[in-house]
Amino acid sequence: MAFALTPEREQQVDDILTRYPERRAALLPVLWLCQRQNGWISPEVVEYVAERLELSTAIVKGVVTFYTMFFDEPVGENVVWVCRTLSCDLRGGKAIQDHLEKKLGCTAGHTSPDGKFTLLKAECLAACGQAPMVQINDYYYENLNVAQLDRIIDAHAAQGGEDAAAEFSTCATFGAPHGSRGGSVTSAPPPPSREAVRLASQPPPANDEKGEGS
Amino acid sequence: MSRSLEPLLTSRYGIEESWKLANAERAGAYEVARQALTTRKPEELREEVKKANIRGRGGAGFPAGVKWGFLNRQDGEQIYLVINADESEPGTFKDRSIMDLDPHRLVEGAIISCFAIDAHVAYIYVRGELAFSVARLEQAIADARQAGYLGERPFGIDHAIEVYVHSGAGAYICGEETALLNSLEGRRGEPRLKPPFPAVKGAFGMPTIVNNVETIASVPDIVQMGGDAWSALGQLPGDGGVRIYGVSGHVKNPGLFEAPVGITMRELIDDYAGGMLGDRPLKAVIPGGSSTPVLDPRRKVDAPNEDHPLHKWHGQSEIDVPMGVDTYRALGTMLGTCCAIVMDDTVNMVEACRNLMRFYKHESCGQCTPCREGTGWLVDVLDNLCNGRGKPDDVDLLVNISNNMMGNTICAFADGTAMPMLGMVQKFREEFMDAAIHGLPDGVRHDDSVRSMVEGVA
Ligand SMILES: Cc1cc2nc3c(=O)[nH]c(=O)nc-3n(C[C@H](O)[C@H](O)[C@H](O)COP(=O)(O)O)c2cc1C
Ligand code: SF4
Ligand code: FES
Repeated sequence: MAFALTPEREQQVDDILTRYPERRAALLPVLWLCQRQNGWISPEVVEYVAERLELSTAIVKGVVTFYTMFFDEPVGENVVWVCRTLSCDLRGGKAIQDHLEKKLGCTAGHTSPDGKFTLLKAECLAACGQAPMVQINDYYYENLNVAQLDRIIDAHAAQGGEDAAAEFSTCATFGAPHGSRGGSVTSAPPPPSREAVRLASQPPPANDEKGEGS
Repeated sequence: MSRSLEPLLTSRYGIEESWKLANAERAGAYEVARQALTTRKPEELREEVKKANIRGRGGAGFPAGVKWGFLNRQDGEQIYLVINADESEPGTFKDRSIMDLDPHRLVEGAIISCFAIDAHVAYIYVRGELAFSVARLEQAIADARQAGYLGERPFGIDHAIEVYVHSGAGAYICGEETALLNSLEGRRGEPRLKPPFPAVKGAFGMPTIVNNVETIASVPDIVQMGGDAWSALGQLPGDGGVRIYGVSGHVKNPGLFEAPVGITMRELIDDYAGGMLGDRPLKAVIPGGSSTPVLDPRRKVDAPNEDHPLHKWHGQSEIDVPMGVDTYRALGTMLGTCCAIVMDDTVNMVEACRNLMRFYKHESCGQCTPCREGTGWLVDVLDNLCNGRGKPDDVDLLVNISNNMMGNTICAFADGTAMPMLGMVQKFREEFMDAAIHGLPDGVRHDDSVRSMVEGVA
């Protein structure tokens, strides 16, 4: 069946087109609108987008395949991206992936048997100071441990993504525990602590008081 | 070393609901834009940015004021401002904080910058994963527009300015400025050959300034304080101001810290980030995103010659050199995005290297043979070393592959892969040799994990 955007989204396409001097520049934003509605970029979506933006389907397909976030096959109700780049791996990224694979019953790159979760490996998601972390759908979940991860996944299975995000996502607090604000960002530098300046490759002296007083 | 105790760039982060217009305005948002647009001339503003000696915060460290001077407009051409919010360099997480916690600072910076370079449209290109940041920015833009700070007559002056957010869709290479422009235009995010540089022929074929989020977000402070005063906040010549430092990995308090340009890595780790996790020894630190060659605290600066830019630090540890674009270049690394990845003595460098090279293999756009083949080959060799199938020649093979990737490609991605690879082998050669002969030590070989267990995770 042919694909069509909802009337509200059609309106958004018209608005998007006004932002650029060339029609083609609307391609990524329009693909995003379609994927949000349809879940993935099906061949029917490609047809629709090509026609709407006056492009060939080959051009649209070429763009879709370039970007990892456009899905050219159906995915589960929730998409879980587990970051496995260095900063996350230094803080247990692999343990997070292993646990997800066990819990969801599928390996990375696949969808859980109940169709609720697709598990994918991600490259650095710009949350390295709040590692380890996962992204689920549009939201970040940072400073994770396995117990918290269990609660987050269970909430997605039981309540759906938006409700789970409202309860558990750390986006609004930039990684700080939920309910606080922006706590992981130190805007004021700590008072200089001369105590702390020592050769870090040597073990601290037994009575080191580093970190205190700051 | 003196410190600026008053935060500037991050001064609004701690405010309750700091992203809302009313709250941001109560803390001074848009005052500078109003003043700049209504009382100053564009060329004066460009001069302030030049005097500020602000080195681009996106990685390459090019002076923003000089870049703005390269704009070359032919008759009838539009100028565009494109703000790079692709933030995908492993280890880097600073721009996201600006968009999430103080989006109005970025919008205000965009307004002033558009006015200064005579642009009417700014696009903020945000990596696709950051849907939340996109929402915050769009709200901020809508509110600023409603308040009359954007649109046909911002602050009542006759210079229309619109700011639009453009969302990427998952591709590290789109952070490279010409790939970003292709992606903005609705194409595959493949880098373009330079020249022409974007300042001559950029977005939609028009002269374009591409700057990082933090660069543009610094413009209001620069204009308010004056370029000279802002520059003087930094501790190094030709590299001014304050910046956002990030620390991830094995420290007690990973996170973001605002500080003047020119603090040392040791200060960043020990004073700001609380020191090493579990008080273990520091083994290595990648100073400014994964493309910057690693620092080894055991190594001493070798600059006996008085003319050497690092002579002042001769004999001191690498991590005691002030962090600046030029000082770090002299040290054989790069300041990059100024977000450090800290590793303690439990990390095997071959494994860490494999983790990063896998990233580059995944992200190479594939246009250039040395880059496409080289990244794949590096990963194959590193896989062998990690799986106990390596041979001693492999270590030099890593060096040869890297050397062949340098300087032979359309964009700097390949250099950004080869340089950190070479740095790793140069500084931790014994460890690579060890892996080639014996495989990884027991306890390290966890499939593809660098260190699978950190207390409290599992
Ligand atoms: C492979 C590659 C990736 C890059 N990624 C980013 C990025 O994510 N964000 C960014 O601001 N600059 C990135 N850059 C640098 C940009 O090309 C460009 O220099 C920068 O956006 C200019 O802004 P600035 O002068 O304000 O730093 C990247 C460069 C390369 C070669
Ligand atoms: S160097 Fe690599 S990433 Fe850059 S254009 Fe060539 S293949 Fe693409
Ligand atoms: S390494 Fe995981 S967010 Fe950067």
